[in-house]
Amino acid sequence: MIGWMDTIVQGVLLGGLYALFALGQSLIFGVMRLTNVAHGDFIILAAFAAFTFAGPLNIGPLGAFVFLLPLAVVFGYAMQRLVLNGTLGKDPLPSLVVTFGLSIVIQNVLQEIFSADPRSIPAGELTTASVRIVEGIAVGTLPLAIFVIALLAAALLQWVFARTSVGRVFRATSDDRETAELMGLDARVVYAAATALAFALIALAGLLQGMRTTVAPTDGPALLLYAFEAVVIGGLGSFWGTFSGGIILGVTQAIGFRLDPGWGIWLGHVMFLVVLLVRPNGLFPKTR
Amino acid sequence: MNGVPFTVERGTAASRVAGISALIVVAFLSTFPWWAESGWMREFNEMACYLIFAMMWNLLAGYGGMVSIGQQAYLGLGGYTLVAFGNFTTLNPFLAVPLGALAAMIAAFPISRIAFRLQGGYFAIGTWVIAEVLRLTIANISAIGGGSGTSLIALRGIEKATRESVTFWMCLASVVASVGLVYWFLRSRQGLALLAIRDNEVASESQGVDVNRTKLWVYVVAAFGCGLAGALYFLGNLRISPDAAFSVNWTAFSIFIVMVGGIATIEGPIIGVIIFYLLNRLFSDYGTWYLVGLGLLAIIVMTRFPKGVWGTVSGRFALHLFPVQRRLSIVKPDTEVKP
Repeated sequence: MIGWMDTIVQGVLLGGLYALFALGQSLIFGVMRLTNVAHGDFIILAAFAAFTFAGPLNIGPLGAFVFLLPLAVVFGYAMQRLVLNGTLGKDPLPSLVVTFGLSIVIQNVLQEIFSADPRSIPAGELTTASVRIVEGIAVGTLPLAIFVIALLAAALLQWVFARTSVGRVFRATSDDRETAELMGLDARVVYAAATALAFALIALAGLLQGMRTTVAPTDGPALLLYAFEAVVIGGLGSFWGTFSGGIILGVTQAIGFRLDPGWGIWLGHVMFLVVLLVRPNGLFPKTR
Repeated sequence: MNGVPFTVERGTAASRVAGISALIVVAFLSTFPWWAESGWMREFNEMACYLIFAMMWNLLAGYGGMVSIGQQAYLGLGGYTLVAFGNFTTLNPFLAVPLGALAAMIAAFPISRIAFRLQGGYFAIGTWVIAEVLRLTIANISAIGGGSGTSLIALRGIEKATRESVTFWMCLASVVASVGLVYWFLRSRQGLALLAIRDNEVASESQGVDVNRTKLWVYVVAAFGCGLAGALYFLGNLRISPDAAFSVNWTAFSIFIVMVGGIATIEGPIIGVIIFYLLNRLFSDYGTWYLVGLGLLAIIVMTRFPKGVWGTVSGRFALHLFPVQRRLSIVKPDTEVKP
């Protein structure tokens, strides 16, 4: 019994990381209906960038993040303005082809520079430190911290969207681009701002993924699928839904891994397909 | 208005020339087994599989408006059905090839129930998840080799020359049949309905087009073609593994082939696969940089020349080698009625 409790607790913490992957995806899709196929590859790119900063400069993960964050925000803004804005429209083909192309480019450039070896970002004592909750269940400090960060990120996004003027601009542009533009908004700038915000989340997700486990150049697609599944399971329209979707996915995978290590990821995917079949609008559908 | 006399024309002078040229090329290719090196035939077989797969992706995305990143699901199913029949039954492995295509087609019916819950970009990634489920399922079944795969042992007793010739002819015939199938489909009533849906789903539905049924048909036909490509590919390859059979690279390459050649044209994938073959011959030694180049080229084509090579050419010269559109032409009253 305590073993299963432990599995679920570890699954919830793993789900926190998935939620963090998913929040950026949810944000971009929510504001501009763009499905970013390279989402996972951007997370891996961020992890390798953090790895590059942290190593030679000897500044630790937090120091690396100080460098990474502004870089990612500028990168996201420029990416949207220069490349992705031109692909938006009713037809999903241009954005899918372009982001899929980016995915291939990122994977292979990373492989060329860093080789196919998996690496991780050294996090010092944080890697092994743990907290005991009850007798028999101990959780790693780092996974717990990641879970709390994801929780805070979801709360922050929800607050920004619901309560601030920036959020109102995002929602207005999402609901009706033409009318928002008539009111004086420049949708291209709004989209770029949303992507910049999403890239801040991507940078955070990449750093934490690199600290928690190892990253290899071709890991991106797997992360994309987890992020996507979390968004759909949760139901479009609220960041809390996305967060819950991540947790559900994490717990399902953890249960699967406990039953048989070969079937963990499989069970997560299958659970997603079952949700799709039974509740196509996700478990927590809500208009923002 | 009793009306002006008219006829509906479909063929063009170019299409008749192209048809005859295609016959000559196919006839020439079919003599390969008597004189060509086996390496050439192997390369042809590989490109034939890419071409069939790309044509099916084009049918789905270019004509049906369904952008899938998961068609490798059907390619893998076709390949594994071939291997399962070949290794566990006494059936002639060459006869198992159409069964592979058929199995993929049958699987497409239940899978479509899940995939069609999603639209647009979400459909794309949802189909990818389905392909991953199949990959992981087969990787966990040890009877067909698990994660490391298995060999097609059924071909052991067959002489090498016979095997190579038959495989080659099957690939050639399948390419011709696939082009014919797509061409026929697009010229049929279903094809017209499909084009109407792509251009405006709501308007076509109001004109009596059954949108869901038409989309399902396209999806199922595409699954059949992808299954055929998979069965043929692994018939030539003799070895299958989940990572090779369900690799997303299949879709990545087919997107490249279709976009560069010209999406929503029948000629496009044929031109695209020739370009893909040439680039592969010239640059594949560069490994990762070659793939970076392909990715960048696909992005540039999509953003700068979204019609691809063939779309640009046919747009400029009004050239249609496989005309699917109907053109009205007024019949001139040659013999004027005298008062």
